[in-house]
Amino acid sequence: MIIIGGSAGSFNTILSILNGLDKNFSVPIVIVLHRLKNYESSFEDILRHHTHYIVKEVEDKEIIKNGIVYTAPSNYHLLLEENNTFSLDVSELVNYSRPSIDVTFESASAILKEKCCGILLSGANNDGAKGLKRIAENNGTTIIQDCQEAEYKNMPNAAKLIYKYHQELNTKNIINKLNNEYC
Amino acid sequence: MIDFNDLDELLFTIQKQFDYDFSEYSKASMLRRINRFMEINSMTTAVDLQFELINNPKIFKEFINEIVVNVSEFFRDPSFYQSLTKNIFPYLDSYPKINIWSAGCSFGEETYSLAILLKETGMYDKTRLYATDISSNAIEKSKKGIYPNINFKDYSKNYFECGGQASLNNYFISDEKNSIINSDFKKNILFSNHNLVTDGVFKECQLILCRNVLIYFNDELQNKVLKLFYDSLPIHGFLALGKKESLRFSSVYENFKEIDRNEKIYQKIK
Repeated sequence: MIIIGGSAGSFNTILSILNGLDKNFSVPIVIVLHRLKNYESSFEDILRHHTHYIVKEVEDKEIIKNGIVYTAPSNYHLLLEENNTFSLDVSELVNYSRPSIDVTFESASAILKEKCCGILLSGANNDGAKGLKRIAENNGTTIIQDCQEAEYKNMPNAAKLIYKYHQELNTKNIINKLNNEYC
Repeated sequence: MIDFNDLDELLFTIQKQFDYDFSEYSKASMLRRINRFMEINSMTTAVDLQFELINNPKIFKEFINEIVVNVSEFFRDPSFYQSLTKNIFPYLDSYPKINIWSAGCSFGEETYSLAILLKETGMYDKTRLYATDISSNAIEKSKKGIYPNINFKDYSKNYFECGGQASLNNYFISDEKNSIINSDFKKNILFSNHNLVTDGVFKECQLILCRNVLIYFNDELQNKVLKLFYDSLPIHGFLALGKKESLRFSSVYENFKEIDRNEKIYQKIK
């Protein structure tokens, strides 16, 4: 499973990544994006419209399937269960965020171990750094967006600061790596 | 930090020692809550935790309060309350007396939000609200009805988006730090302990609200609880779930009609 975290500003990068992946790329992709609560955002609609993927906002206890791009619903934390399902949680904000990228990274890593790939893109706070480190410690794959390229560098920088062995890649190289290793 | 293997053993101990059954709760969320509790209390291993829980009643009480999620807000999801007032209230208003069950009421935010809207539509005086939670801490706090002012800016915004007709402050008395709900809203609300896992039907209610509670349960337990709600509703009674929850795993699915698909409001039809 590939989990991509970022703030609202990383939307275009996410779009580029999804469109750069091979047509037969079928590993489930989960997107955890910071966004405003209470507003039905058109994020999923835009993804549907501009990519060939089936895009689903996660519902509680939904079974995880190949070939689908899942998004974390706003105002819920997104977790993974042992029986290949998602579950949701409305407990307190983590790093001022719900969904929190840390929460999903940590939960996914506990289940998937080395099969978990975390990608942290542009963003304005520290969310995701701790979780990405956890994925690395469990022998998963960890990638941060090239700090030169990221619009808001805080997020990838924070991850680098607490763990220096993440791969730092620009959008093009993220796409290449995913196509080489997961296709 | 503990992992999934430790979790099963821990929940088994808790069930045997204290008669709290968390075995059918969602594991991922439970694991996260427990690890958070251990971090706050500087515990590192499952053995530390078990030792403290068994030997220190105060710690056990804190543990239960922490792992049972009690996070809510006034008028969470304004679009839900809009749909409720538009689609369900007119129907409820046709009854001479209304019973509503707010299941898993946390600190009372949702129950009081509902009471405020009932007041504004002139239905509050003929309504009895039964608000229940597994946590006695939550029930105590709900009864007090005291909330920190710091969140009220968000609450007011939600309230207006719900179609609130006055100012939210009208319903509270505030000092510089906190606001307390007007005592009028305590008259028709009965807060009490109820465990959805082990307790049964206690009252027939025309509307049951149970929002963002089922997410903490696994499929089997969700199914049991939905059956309990089914048994507590009269024909044509309404059930409201959280936005990302659903009836689809449930054996009672066929007995309900969708009133609002997005807001997860259902009506019992048979």
